[in-house]
Amino acid sequence: MTQEFIKFGKREITMDEPFAPGHRGCIGCGEALAVRLAMKALGRDVVIANATGCIEIISSPLPDTSWQVPWIHTLFENTAAVASGVESGLKVLQRKGRIPQKHVDIVAIGGDGATADIGIQALSGALERGHDFIYLCFDNEAYMNTGIQRSSATPYGASTTTAPAGKTSIGQQTQKKNMPAIAVAHGIPYVATASPSFPFDMMEKVKKAADVEGPAYVHILSVCDTGWRTPTNLSVTIGRLAVQTGIFPLYEVENGVYKLNVDKDLKPVADYLKKQGRFRHLSDDEIQKIQDRVTEEYAKLKAKVAG
Amino acid sequence: MAKKIGLEGSLAISEAVKLSNTDVVAAYPITPQTHIVESLAEMVANGELDAEYVPVESEHSAMSVCLGSSATGARTFTATASQGLELMHEVLYVASSMRLPIVMAVANRALSAPLSVWGDHSDVMAVRDVGWIQVFAENAQEAHDLVLWAFRVGEDPDALLPVMLNIDGFNLSHVTEPVLLNEQADVDKFLPVNRYPLPLHPDKPVTMGAFGPPFIYTEAKKAQEVAFSKSKDVIMKGWDEFEQVFGRKYSPIETYKTDDAETLLLTMGSLSETASLAVDNMRDQGKKVGLLRIRLWRPFPFTELRKAVANTKVLVVLDRCLSIGGPGGPVASEIRSALYDQEKRPKVVSLIGGLGGRDVTPTDFEYMVNRGVEIAEKGSDAEYEMIGVRE
Repeated sequence: MTQEFIKFGKREITMDEPFAPGHRGCIGCGEALAVRLAMKALGRDVVIANATGCIEIISSPLPDTSWQVPWIHTLFENTAAVASGVESGLKVLQRKGRIPQKHVDIVAIGGDGATADIGIQALSGALERGHDFIYLCFDNEAYMNTGIQRSSATPYGASTTTAPAGKTSIGQQTQKKNMPAIAVAHGIPYVATASPSFPFDMMEKVKKAADVEGPAYVHILSVCDTGWRTPTNLSVTIGRLAVQTGIFPLYEVENGVYKLNVDKDLKPVADYLKKQGRFRHLSDDEIQKIQDRVTEEYAKLKAKVAG
Repeated sequence: MAKKIGLEGSLAISEAVKLSNTDVVAAYPITPQTHIVESLAEMVANGELDAEYVPVESEHSAMSVCLGSSATGARTFTATASQGLELMHEVLYVASSMRLPIVMAVANRALSAPLSVWGDHSDVMAVRDVGWIQVFAENAQEAHDLVLWAFRVGEDPDALLPVMLNIDGFNLSHVTEPVLLNEQADVDKFLPVNRYPLPLHPDKPVTMGAFGPPFIYTEAKKAQEVAFSKSKDVIMKGWDEFEQVFGRKYSPIETYKTDDAETLLLTMGSLSETASLAVDNMRDQGKKVGLLRIRLWRPFPFTELRKAVANTKVLVVLDRCLSIGGPGGPVASEIRSALYDQEKRPKVVSLIGGLGGRDVTPTDFEYMVNRGVEIAEKGSDAEYEMIGVRE
């Protein structure tokens, strides 16, 4: 299998690993896979600004590092601002001839908490100011690094440690915050959703995001087998089901124009939910509620695609 | 020859930022800092300063942008005050621990509540331990000069530390004074181009801001502490060379009529000029009174302070900040602690005043001296007293 991948896959995917192996991610970590693929798409002429979170922690325990590219971590909520500073610094130093002229992609990386909750102000500011940078949100739908606490990106019905399912609660009682829509509302040139379960689609989108001038936002669903309570060998399968059920549709918005990248008949959401411990407590009625909402949201998205 | 012109304290700072050929300015508006950043924005808009001006959405982001730009090796400046400084709080620690030589002016202002846009030192006293070099300017000339010195010291490869320049909100930020505007040629002689040793660039990848497990965190902090202590040499060298180029001499502590003084007033910032008037008055009355002003607040000038008060009987410290339920004003507490182990030491009296823009007049300073002597003679149950409270 590996041999076959090397034989055929290398035509499509570089063998270079800017995000080196040996990190401390959990077995089956969908986020580490997504970061690895994103870095393959980006190459080495980048500067990464990483928010506090799983990826930061698993990749940078002093004195080790997984990063073969320039990388900076400072705090949790300020990554888009740090990336703004890196972009401004490199721009002015090139203009003044103090460093070599070279295109460098500035990439901010954050989890769903860093993006949709604590860092949304800094992100909004950076998108509004129009810095030439890429923001990659690796969304594993809760604060996994601190122990599976709910975020605003946690989906309705999921059980987490701070929104646990119990006798009087189904767990998360709110709907997942629509971050891509918030990014689109800033009028930036490129927004996309992606999944490492669709690696070529994801890498193409990351490349596109790097190529546009101005801010680009890519929202990547990253299966967390630890937090979602799923078997470690199913991360790619579950990520694929999220797309196939319409729970996490793959689309892009280029200069305001929507395009669906995967558009087949949707599988029932139960196929996705039933595989995950975090949804185990949901009754058939609750699953139907989720199904209805997904059907409705998907229709809205298709309407946007139709223009 | 440097030109002498009338310049507001804020503009004295922005002119020096321009003379320093600053690369990136990131700032969020807050009274009374606004004139500094408005003026810089105008310079960039007019092409007088070739810099990136990043108009951020908060002070937290202002300092975060500074982290990013400073890490690329760009000369980076920001300014803030009060709530803005507190909003930056956690970012300030990162700037110093990651050894990023950002320069920030703080137009010192009170903290809410109640909301007050007027001056005192509550904001900066809450960030004493953030690991920045911190200085207090007395007048516009000093503010102008210290900006150049701050970049020079902070960016020195033996320091690599952020520097905070404090000016009193309104009393200095909004007051026009005669200033000798430094010449570009002199500035270029004094301030070399910033050469940050490990900038973020793909040609030589570095990992910055890795996390420190328990086996290495203590050592990382020790390394930072050693570097910070050693920065005193860079600070002194910076002032020596400043004097050689510009002819004005700066030191960690300023003294005024202290030689034979039995009672000393101690202040920081622009109030010292007012205090010196009180000293003159009291000298005329035959009282042996003098004045100390701390310019270098971090690293704290222990040696200079101990020397300056060696023959003093009473040291009256005016704090423009209240440390509620604590051992006295922040400055007074540190001074008590700095003198505790001295065999011969003055009685240190902690008085709190000038809060939230309340004027402190020469008469107030005379009261402070008299009250200080009285407390020294008769004692007091209180750790500190607030002065000028209307009852």
